[in-house]
Amino acid sequence: MTDVFLRFTQNRLATAGLAILGLIGLIALSAPLLFPGDPLRIVAPALQPPLTDGYPFGTDALGRDMLAMIVHGTRTTLLIGVAAATTAILIGVTIGALAGYYGGVIGSLAGRLIELFQTIPGLVFLLAIVSFVGPQLIFVVLAIGIVSWESIARLTRAEFLAWRKRDFVLAGRAMGMTDARLIFGEILPNAIAPVIAVSTLSIAGAILVESGLSFLGLGDPSVSTWGRLVGEGRGLIRTAWYVCAIPGAAIVLTVFALSLVSDGLNDVLNPGSRR
Amino acid sequence: MASHRILPSPFSDPLRFDGAVRTKVTSRPVILLRRLVVRLVTHVLPLMLAIITGTFFLIHSAPGSFVEIMSSEMQVSDQAMIDRLSVTYGLDQPLWVQYLKYLKAVAQFDLGFSYRQNLPVIEAVLHHLPATLLLMISGILVALVAGVSAGAVAASRPNSFIDRALSMTGVFLFAAPGFWLGIMLIVLFGVTLGWLPIGDMRTIGADYGFFGNLLDVGYHLLLPALAMGLHQSAIYLRVTRTAMLQAATADYVKTARAKGLSEGTVILRHIFRNALLPIVTVLGLQFASVLSGSVVIEAVFNWPGIGSLLYDAVVARDYPMVLGIIILSSLVVITVNLVVDLVYAWLDPRIVLE
Repeated sequence: MTDVFLRFTQNRLATAGLAILGLIGLIALSAPLLFPGDPLRIVAPALQPPLTDGYPFGTDALGRDMLAMIVHGTRTTLLIGVAAATTAILIGVTIGALAGYYGGVIGSLAGRLIELFQTIPGLVFLLAIVSFVGPQLIFVVLAIGIVSWESIARLTRAEFLAWRKRDFVLAGRAMGMTDARLIFGEILPNAIAPVIAVSTLSIAGAILVESGLSFLGLGDPSVSTWGRLVGEGRGLIRTAWYVCAIPGAAIVLTVFALSLVSDGLNDVLNPGSRR
Repeated sequence: MASHRILPSPFSDPLRFDGAVRTKVTSRPVILLRRLVVRLVTHVLPLMLAIITGTFFLIHSAPGSFVEIMSSEMQVSDQAMIDRLSVTYGLDQPLWVQYLKYLKAVAQFDLGFSYRQNLPVIEAVLHHLPATLLLMISGILVALVAGVSAGAVAASRPNSFIDRALSMTGVFLFAAPGFWLGIMLIVLFGVTLGWLPIGDMRTIGADYGFFGNLLDVGYHLLLPALAMGLHQSAIYLRVTRTAMLQAATADYVKTARAKGLSEGTVILRHIFRNALLPIVTVLGLQFASVLSGSVVIEAVFNWPGIGSLLYDAVVARDYPMVLGIIILSSLVVITVNLVVDLVYAWLDPRIVLE
């Protein structure tokens, strides 16, 4: 483990990504200390440009502090991203493992399910789910998970296909291990490394999907994420484009950092695929 | 892609060269046609069936009955009218009868009636589909041109400064959500510089004649296509770079160089040609997500495509339209993947169906 960490830190870009993420995480945790009270309250005249005294990112059309909203948006955006990605990873690893481990009916059904979700345009399906069940936070998180597990499943399936015929698996089976024990105890620990790298990226993917949904104004109306801030600023591009630009830059920075970390993890955990 | 195998080399397959037993050689168009038919039966039909079944269950998972929601949307309070709606949608019948009826209707492209657009769903979708396809194809072209050329340049000097700079740009473009990139492009080229229109598909109320109108659409297309394509190009950059670096290590490349072929020929005909396969694969895999991207980009640029239609439908809870768009957009993705699959088989004759 320390070895992995040491090799990871040799990759300067990945380390930089990790540092940025750490900072973003810190901001998310300390948001109520940095900006106590409701971040959505009106504090100043509307549309103060950035670098105004006391409001480094300026104020929006209602006179709310952009910096306070973005700092608090860090919490919701990261929370939704991590929760949705966790859902996607749980579904993806399970279905990918089933598709790769089992031949026959179970394997091909799971394989077909992967293909199915690869076919349906994710955002279209997401909008449909949200329009049917409502945009409550929990539904949004689950729905993003449901539309984004497919790439994780494909990778897990490929790994399981590569490992399932190895001698140690056959030996385990000869010893009478159950399928569940073989899947979770024997194959998964070997197959998990590339999946971890992709999982980091799936947090980035979930953040992007959620920001698209909130940008359209179809996310949970009681939660203020970065995507929603961009969406709210959309009408102001002629007068105050920074209202869109700044929260968007926060998304870019976070996803950028996650991609760098994912690349670094991939190089360390999956040396064979070094680009 | 699971069911193909590599044909054995003629030199390792004794059956082909022992003179007595000859395997029949099938011509390529026949192979492709056979592949098409097999794919239709084993992939297209089951996938469509699954999607239609899925949407059917989505209808029945919605809180409250379908008809209740529709009647409230249409402001119908007359019980007789509601009962009639139930009969139209077969809600008074057992679930499996409803399911079969639904299957039959969808198979005949009867996707119901949109109470928001006041049109049959299929008509509204077909009316908006060309705009979306135009945007998607333009976006994919931008992504391919930018991504593949940048990837090729990066692969030609691995780990150089230019390689690193291009890769970083790629990560940045991947990280930038399409809608935000779109808005930033609007701010720069539309608002600040005033060079390009900030939305819509054509100048409102203008008629420049046939070619003038085409140019007008192209002019409006530039920014949305760029916003979509740049975000996607990051993926092609990466795939092209990896595939070309990998192809460059192959023995046939060494042979080609040893034969004294020019570097340009080696890169173009031996390395790039082989790197094309993964690029085509990704093109197919990405098509569904390009369609997703188009939904948001259409909202940003007020582009009159499926995405705008879907957005309207979701806001108005126009369920027949939402479901119709899922079914038809999946059909588009499946069709494109089928084409990609055939192109793939055509590009690489080693791949045949088992």
